[in-house]
Order: sequence, then C-alpha cells, then structure tokens
Amino acid sequence: MARFKKEGKAGLPELNMSSMSDIIFMFLFFFMVISTMRETSLFVIIKIPQAMEVQKLEKKALVSSINIGKPNQNYIGKLGPEPRIQLNDQFAEPSDIIEFVEVEKQRRNDVDRTMITWSLKVDENVKMGIVTDVKQELRKASAFKVNYTARKKEVRK
Amino acid sequence: MSRKMPGLNTGSMSDISFLLLTFFLLTSSINTDKGIQRRLPPPVSKDAKIPDVNRRNVLRILVNMHDQLLVNEEVLYDVNQLKEITKNFITNPTANPNLSEKTSKYIEELGENVMVSKGVVSLQNDRSTSYSIYVAVQDQLTMAFNELRNEYSQQRFGKSFDNLSEEQKKGVQKIYPMSISEAEPSNYGGSK
Repeated sequence: MARFKKEGKAGLPELNMSSMSDIIFMFLFFFMVISTMRETSLFVIIKIPQAMEVQKLEKKALVSSINIGKPNQNYIGKLGPEPRIQLNDQFAEPSDIIEFVEVEKQRRNDVDRTMITWSLKVDENVKMGIVTDVKQELRKASAFKVNYTARKKEVRK
Repeated sequence: MSRKMPGLNTGSMSDISFLLLTFFLLTSSINTDKGIQRRLPPPVSKDAKIPDVNRRNVLRILVNMHDQLLVNEEVLYDVNQLKEITKNFITNPTANPNLSEKTSKYIEELGENVMVSKGVVSLQNDRSTSYSIYVAVQDQLTMAFNELRNEYSQQRFGKSFDNLSEEQKKGVQKIYPMSISEAEPSNYGGSK
C-alpha cells in the first residue's frame, strides 16, 4: 500500500493575488479618467442657490452650461466686480449666446439637437437683469429647455 | 542548475490600489447637475395679440428689487407660503370668485372629462431682483404643481405621480399644466 506522506501543514493553497491589483488599478484609471473629463476651470465664482424640488439632469452629454457670476481673484482686477457670463472657457456678453448655442448644437448629431438642456449655473447673489438677458437670447436662439441649477436644500426638522 | 526565484508577495499590492481607488472615489465628484427645469416660451413677434385672460384666472406674482413679494396686490412676507397660495389658487376649493375658474376638459390619456383650472401664474421680477429669490419662487411653484399632481394621482390611481405609467403621467400633466408666464422684467432698480 502506498504510504501517504504527511506534510508539515495541511492548509489551503495560497491564492494568487497578483491579478487582483491589476483589476483594481483598472478601476482606478477608469475613475480617474471619468472624473477629470468634464472639468472646465471656472473664472467666475458661483454659489449655487438651494431649492427643494430639484431634478437630476438625465443625459450629461446633452447638457451645455452657461455660468454667471462674479469674476474670481485672477480676473476681478481686470474686469471689476460686475457679474459676467462664462461660456466654455471664456468670458462672454449676452450677445454671444446665439453663437454659442449654434456651436453647441453643431457638436451634437441631428437627433439630439432639440434635446439639449441649457444649464444656467448662476450665483445666488447675481441680479436677475443679466439672467433675463441670457434667457431672452436663448429664446431668440430657440434654445428653450433650460435648467436653473440648484442644490438640494437640507430640510431641518 | 537553475534556482527558482522566490515568489513575490503581491497580496498587499491590491490593498494599496484599493486605497488609491477609494481616495479617488471620495475626492472626485462625478458632479451630477441638479436643478429646476423650465421651458422658455418661443419669442413673440411684436404685433402678436395679447390673449384675453380673465383677471381672476391670473395669479400675479411680483418680486421687486428688494426681494419683496407681492401676490395679487397683497404683500407676502414669507416666500414659503407661496406654495399653499398657488395650490389654493389653482384648485379653488371654496369656489371663491376671485380665484381661478374651472372648465370641463376631455383628457385623452385618461379617457374622461376632468375639471381643469384655467389658472395661470404670472411672474414678474425686477432687473435688480436677486437670483436666489427667483429660484425660491420657481421652487415654490414647482412644488405646488408637483403636489397637486401627486394628490390627484393618489386620489385617482392610488399611486404617487412618479409611479404612474407614461400615459397616465401625460394625462395628469394636462390636468395640472405648469402654466407659468414670465413677463419682461421691470427696471425700477435702475442699475444693470
């Protein structure tokens, strides 16, 4: 009869963990790429107002932002404290909106063009005047779907 | 004679990468935009006729340069009351002759006639009104209409509005359309 040799310890064989780290690294890179993708540096200071009934914007690819707020530290010396409009990565006047709308529409395919949501990211201390000007321009450019960006208000009980 | 390389212990490697992963997950914000959605009306030509609306069917909200509210010629001190006022105006439970009228309207999606309010909310602000109060007003109005829709859905279908089918949602939206008209802003505040 064969003799069974007793080995030092009968334990589970060690799992090979080397590929585990590869998988996690893949995750890591995925998230790094995703989170840095849509970062346009803001030149204006925006404190988003609060609201109770906020809805999430569904398709991020179909959102174009219009930022309105006071110029930040780097630009306030040059431009003064009056609120400014920032489109993509430059300052703009209300009259530039129509062109901006056209450019943004060109970036999308035909089907999506009417579905674009224009997200107005406006500082809460900005006066309505400039916002109204922007809205009027959007109407002229037939960009009707707007979203007033707001944070969810915490309800204190 | 070849000697075997001792295997490197890579078990802790995954711990390190996990740590990095969680760090990035916590610090990076996949910022989801949230907000109040609205549809702007198409631009009107100058010679367009102003639709004739009975005065009682319009809830006039004015916001002045000091962020004070005037609702149907009455001063409103707390913006948070606007929701109840709007709901009351639209539903008009006591059939008050100063609040909105109702008409019977056939709703295709529901296949029946429903009493629908003719009420319209008219919002006018000044150029010097702050954006925060504007959003607060819009928020209150949205809340009012959402609650009305929800209440109707509960009553009629026993479900909240979000759980209705697309068809039913459309029908309920027709019963309580979010009819908010925004007038061109006044410019009493002076500066831009």
